[in-house]
Amino acid sequence: MEKIEVRYDNKIVKYFAYATIIWGITGMLVGLTAALQLAFPNFFNDYLGYKYLSFGRIRPLHTNAVIFAFVGNAIFTGVYYSLQRLLKTRMWSDKLSYINFWGWQLIILSAVITLPMGFTSSKEYAELEWPIDIAIALMWVTFGWNMFATILVRRVKHLYVAIWFYLGTFVTVAVLHIFNSFEIPIHFMKSYSWYSGVQDALVQWWYGHNAVAFFLTTPFLGLMYYFVPKAANRPIYSYKLSIIHFWALIFLYIWAGPHHLLYSSLPDWAQSLGVVFSIMLIAPSWGGMLNGLLTLRGAWDKVRDSAILKFYVVALTAYGMATFEGPLLSLKNVNSITHFTDWIVAHVHVGGLGWNGMLVFGMMYYLFPKLFKVKLYSESLANTHFWIATLGILLWTIPMYWAGFSQGLMWQEFNPDGTLAYPDFLSTVTVLKPFYIMRTFGGLIYIIGVFLMAYNLFKTGRSGVFSNDEVVQVTNTLEKNVKVKGEYWHKVIERKPVRLMVFSLIVIAIGGIVEIIPTMAVKSNIKKIAQVLPYTPLELEGRDIYIREGCVGCHSQMVRPLRFETERYGEYSKAGEFVYDHPFLWGSKRTGPDLAREGGLRSNSWHYSHMIMPKEISPGSIMPAYPWLAEDDLNTEYIEKKITVLQGLGVPYPEGFEKEALADLQTQANGIAESIIKDLSKKESNAQASDIAGKEIIAIIAYLQRLGTDIKAVPATEADVETSMK
Amino acid sequence: MEIMYVMLLVSLFLAVIFFISFIWANKSGQYDDDVTPGMRILYDDEEVVEEKPNNEKTKKEEWKK
Repeated sequence: MEKIEVRYDNKIVKYFAYATIIWGITGMLVGLTAALQLAFPNFFNDYLGYKYLSFGRIRPLHTNAVIFAFVGNAIFTGVYYSLQRLLKTRMWSDKLSYINFWGWQLIILSAVITLPMGFTSSKEYAELEWPIDIAIALMWVTFGWNMFATILVRRVKHLYVAIWFYLGTFVTVAVLHIFNSFEIPIHFMKSYSWYSGVQDALVQWWYGHNAVAFFLTTPFLGLMYYFVPKAANRPIYSYKLSIIHFWALIFLYIWAGPHHLLYSSLPDWAQSLGVVFSIMLIAPSWGGMLNGLLTLRGAWDKVRDSAILKFYVVALTAYGMATFEGPLLSLKNVNSITHFTDWIVAHVHVGGLGWNGMLVFGMMYYLFPKLFKVKLYSESLANTHFWIATLGILLWTIPMYWAGFSQGLMWQEFNPDGTLAYPDFLSTVTVLKPFYIMRTFGGLIYIIGVFLMAYNLFKTGRSGVFSNDEVVQVTNTLEKNVKVKGEYWHKVIERKPVRLMVFSLIVIAIGGIVEIIPTMAVKSNIKKIAQVLPYTPLELEGRDIYIREGCVGCHSQMVRPLRFETERYGEYSKAGEFVYDHPFLWGSKRTGPDLAREGGLRSNSWHYSHMIMPKEISPGSIMPAYPWLAEDDLNTEYIEKKITVLQGLGVPYPEGFEKEALADLQTQANGIAESIIKDLSKKESNAQASDIAGKEIIAIIAYLQRLGTDIKAVPATEADVETSMK
Repeated sequence: MEIMYVMLLVSLFLAVIFFISFIWANKSGQYDDDVTPGMRILYDDEEVVEEKPNNEKTKKEEWKK
């Protein structure tokens, strides 16, 4: 059979590999900073107190950096390497490859700049603002386009299972991202979500769950199916199982999102649907894990000698643990203890540090010697990295499981007389301090391991020889095997890039139409609660500051209909209360107490002093200080635009209200400022209401004082509550 | 809660894409052989040694001079 010469592009693989390591270290250091803030709140918040490093802003930077920068670049590294070799062809277009590379790095860079500045949509893992969202969509399509075209010009008939995982990843992430990013711009770096309240929550967690499923799981399973057999030099345990694994997994995963909203205001049947599919997911997930681990049957002696295989074994084990734990956490009775606690954070890190991290490390140790045609600089250093990383994961997760479980149980505990055993929320936080310190230590040694890897790989690269192209001889087996009909279809498309592009656009357009038309037709039919009114202009500005500072990262606004919750916070939350919330701010973690019923509980001056220095007002608090809120003037430039946009989204502000908004805002601000000065003047006599009325802090106090007060003012009637539950 | 219908539509849309790909894969003979594909990936392609090496090392050495 005739041999053809093919040049695999190794340069793009090297680029993405470098980016993976650099961004991995960056993202983990940001995570370490966030962990230090919780472990040593006094030092970080009171002595440093930089607003750009505040926990609420740093947390989304950490999640975005490790998900999209570290894991994202790792996906591209592995896909660009394996796809060419599996299909026996170079990537279809070098131009698209490098547009994909540089575009993705620019997106990450813009995240590094905008998130600390407080430009965020507040939706988890989708925090980046609308211009960056558009850039992400374009870069993702560039990647997919290149991948599809490469598949069309392939020289093998069979698409290896890894490629199916890559394809599933591409299609689903594209749809998820576009659908969750519907937002109306206010200005270049601010937008309001198209959806409101419960609807926004459902779309967000459908996205959020599938971001984990299709960005952190399916592409990595594809990489696992390529790199584990290659490193072990054994075929996958059962190829048949891998095919079943793939189809079962993608069909089940897309329905599990609602398990993030158990006991929330989401309709019960939707919650149950999410639970059922989550439980079913154990089967394909464990099928995949066992398939990976059993590949090593009869080759466990190799694991003893090879650091790469050790990394893979721990990665697969962590995958198995996380996918067993996930369905358990989806059970309502388990969820009522663990939700909002550090348990979930530990769960995520078993997946992140264990499954994603260890698989990436194994892949890097495999790739660098291949790319540079040399032996790894130090096998023993790689082994050291393995043991340090494994220990790091244990030291990270075990304290956090412990912390989460303790706190969850403390929230639920009642005295014999029926009162809460720990009525003071703070007392359930201060007990976590030792766990937060241990977790920080675990994270620190995990990062030290990554530095060891970076050094080892750098030395490997230095001692080797790198060629931009790897020139190989391959046999084209496609021509003679493929069916005539299939061949005709391929030939037409693959020889004509323009037609290919038109074809892709049509497919994307159909997807877009299917999504957008129903959205346009949707008119919210959640029965409104009569007393729930839109936010005043000042409260709206305060809400945007709440979003900017990332308060939602630590404070939920969702009282679950459970006795220990209503006892602590008051009336449980109802769907009708959130109809004007663009975006929703239910939160998913309570490092601080729930704020759904915060309004009217404390005085304006309490909030004022508490924002500036929380530890003086509540000793032992780990909340960061926000002194800049009392110093910076509130920007009211966009209030008119904000009101207009919200009117367009169906929030019933009276006609022409946007013109009066500023005056309304100032009147309310003056009232709050005066009440604060009156209370504070007993201590400091020289402050004046006019000095503080225009500051940001007044707006956020107005917002906090509004929370949950609508249904408190007049008790909701039975009928109102009934309809709101539908 | 019309958003539920939208989400159902989008999820079904995805499921249909998956289903069509599955039918295609099956019909086009992707799964006729479920043993050898797992083994075939283990064979590396035969590398061609080029006469004029186009690599960074040489570039680096040139740059050092």
